[in-house]
Amino acid sequence: MASSQKRITKELAEVLGNPPEGIAVNLVDEGNVHNWNIVMDGPEGSPYEGGKFKLLLVLPTDYPFKPPKISFKTRIWHPNVTFDEHGSMCIGILKPEAWKPSSKIMSVLTATQNLLAEPVPDDAVETSAAEKFKNDRPLFNREAREYTRKYAK
Amino acid sequence: MSSEDDFMSGMSSDEDDVLQESENEEGSADDFGFDEPEPDLGFSQKEDVQKKKKIFDVNFKVYQPKDIQAQQDDLIDEVNMILDIRKEDAAILLRHFRWNKERLIEDYMDRPKRVLEAAGLGTNVAGPPKLEVIPGFCCDICCEDEPGLKSFAMKCGHRFCVTCYNQYLAQKIKEEGEAARIQCPAEGCKRIIDAKSLDLLVTADLQQRYHELLTRTYVEDKEHLKWCPAPDCQNAIECGIKKKDLDRVVPTVVCDCKHRFCFGCILSDHQPAPCELVKRWLKKCADDSETANWISANTKECPKCNSTIEKNGGCNHMTCRKCKHEFCWMCMGLWSEHGTSWYNCNRFEEKSGSEARDAQAKSRVSLERYLHYYNRYANHEQSAKLDKDIYNKTERKMTQLQSASGMSWIEVQYLNSASQALQTCRQTLKWTYAFAFYLARNNLTEMFEDNQKDLEMAVEALSEMFEKNVQELAEPKLKVEIMDKTSYCNKRRVILLADTADNLANGVWSWGIDF
Repeated sequence: MASSQKRITKELAEVLGNPPEGIAVNLVDEGNVHNWNIVMDGPEGSPYEGGKFKLLLVLPTDYPFKPPKISFKTRIWHPNVTFDEHGSMCIGILKPEAWKPSSKIMSVLTATQNLLAEPVPDDAVETSAAEKFKNDRPLFNREAREYTRKYAK
Repeated sequence: MSSEDDFMSGMSSDEDDVLQESENEEGSADDFGFDEPEPDLGFSQKEDVQKKKKIFDVNFKVYQPKDIQAQQDDLIDEVNMILDIRKEDAAILLRHFRWNKERLIEDYMDRPKRVLEAAGLGTNVAGPPKLEVIPGFCCDICCEDEPGLKSFAMKCGHRFCVTCYNQYLAQKIKEEGEAARIQCPAEGCKRIIDAKSLDLLVTADLQQRYHELLTRTYVEDKEHLKWCPAPDCQNAIECGIKKKDLDRVVPTVVCDCKHRFCFGCILSDHQPAPCELVKRWLKKCADDSETANWISANTKECPKCNSTIEKNGGCNHMTCRKCKHEFCWMCMGLWSEHGTSWYNCNRFEEKSGSEARDAQAKSRVSLERYLHYYNRYANHEQSAKLDKDIYNKTERKMTQLQSASGMSWIEVQYLNSASQALQTCRQTLKWTYAFAFYLARNNLTEMFEDNQKDLEMAVEALSEMFEKNVQELAEPKLKVEIMDKTSYCNKRRVILLADTADNLANGVWSWGIDF
């Protein structure tokens, strides 16, 4: 679809030209603007600080009418990310009923960053992480830091 | 010929009732109490007002698509006049308030701004929606900026090109089936697109689909309206029975398309059984839970390959035929580990073995009881299908009869009536068995079973007469017998249903199995 190509190219140029702090972007394959590699720094003050997290952003063919898909390629202990090889993430802006065609990838990226800094345990996909986050924060932080050291260095 | 007259008056009473329901609706809708806090099921009242109305009948009215549209238009016009807002906005507000006009007007009078905001109408500027070409415009969705690009914005001012708008709306309408609550495509904007703007932006087929969906939401938003579930039927039925009344009444309605269904749960007519019982029963039949019980009482799964194994000998040393896995039937552990812990496993068996035997015995008894009712239930379902096959042949029979015996069209209609009586009575009988399955044993239940037996014998007798060949059917004696039996079947059905409905309304049935 030509229109989505133009829009994606423009968004890519914006993100590359003026990347948000702590986020680096490049295409998985130079000829295909639909798959983006993202490297996100763990936010300061969070148990993910010091870690570098790889994510994959996939834009469907009917983007921007359908939301992008984003997943963690680096394992992360986080209430809103599945602790498995899929690294699926639950984030409000990407839910079909919340996504609007004028929503931008940039907001997806910053929303993801915010989610790292502030998990939303009520929207959890990794329930055991959410339980610990709610009931035993020091333990959760310790574990999240350990996993960050183990997987995200 | 006098019997003919009897038959005509007796047979057509059902249809009269249906007609009467429609004619009397304006009068009876009030005494049925749409807005009354206490559900007055109006049994005694109805008997006074309409002598012919049966105790188990509910008031209802059938609407065609044009009636439903007219109702919406009336409400929209009313709100448009009272609140002095555009019709499109009135429609959006009404949908937002799920067509509760009174609440809308009240809330709007109190704080109009907040109501508009919540319904996605934001601050309003006058003027009809139109497409525009704005110099230097760049669409925020596709990033096109060629000169002459047609664009559109709702009152919120978020402007997008027509192509993107079209694709956005097509996806919402076609893929998501959304209509009443499509928002502006701008991120975070909750403004809802109105019908006039939409008509400007999409092709004719999408417009049609959109309006269909809008009409659907009107019926779906109203508790006392439901779509007729018959395939290809576009009518809706209005009935005042509320969800909370469903344990005391079984609201069977009949659409103009002849489909009889329950207003409470939309399934085919299931009088005398109440909806919740029907739901339970169907689930029970579908699960085949009794088979599952047997399997759980008699079999276990191989811990390695999950094959279902029935233990057919006394030895607990099991070897799976499929994967050759060796395990202990009692603890399901590896057999090879039983060298040392065998004693523990043995003691475990004594206790659980007797438990398993008890469970098995219980399961058997309840299984037999269930099968008793299920077989009769299923049999009437099956017989109704067979009767229907005959019904399809009836028309041919009736034509043959006309030429063989020289009877007129009206004179052979008794076969049609007989066939319809068989269908409705079997449908009722079928559900009496599901109903009886849940009943506790007492006097009421025995009376119920007597009624059930009377109806069943009458139905079987009629069914048998009905299968005779054309020559026999043409005999005047058999004709009179069929007509009498048809009338008797209908009467027995009414007695059974009236009795059951009365007890249900008064809450005097006692249940042996909760549903």
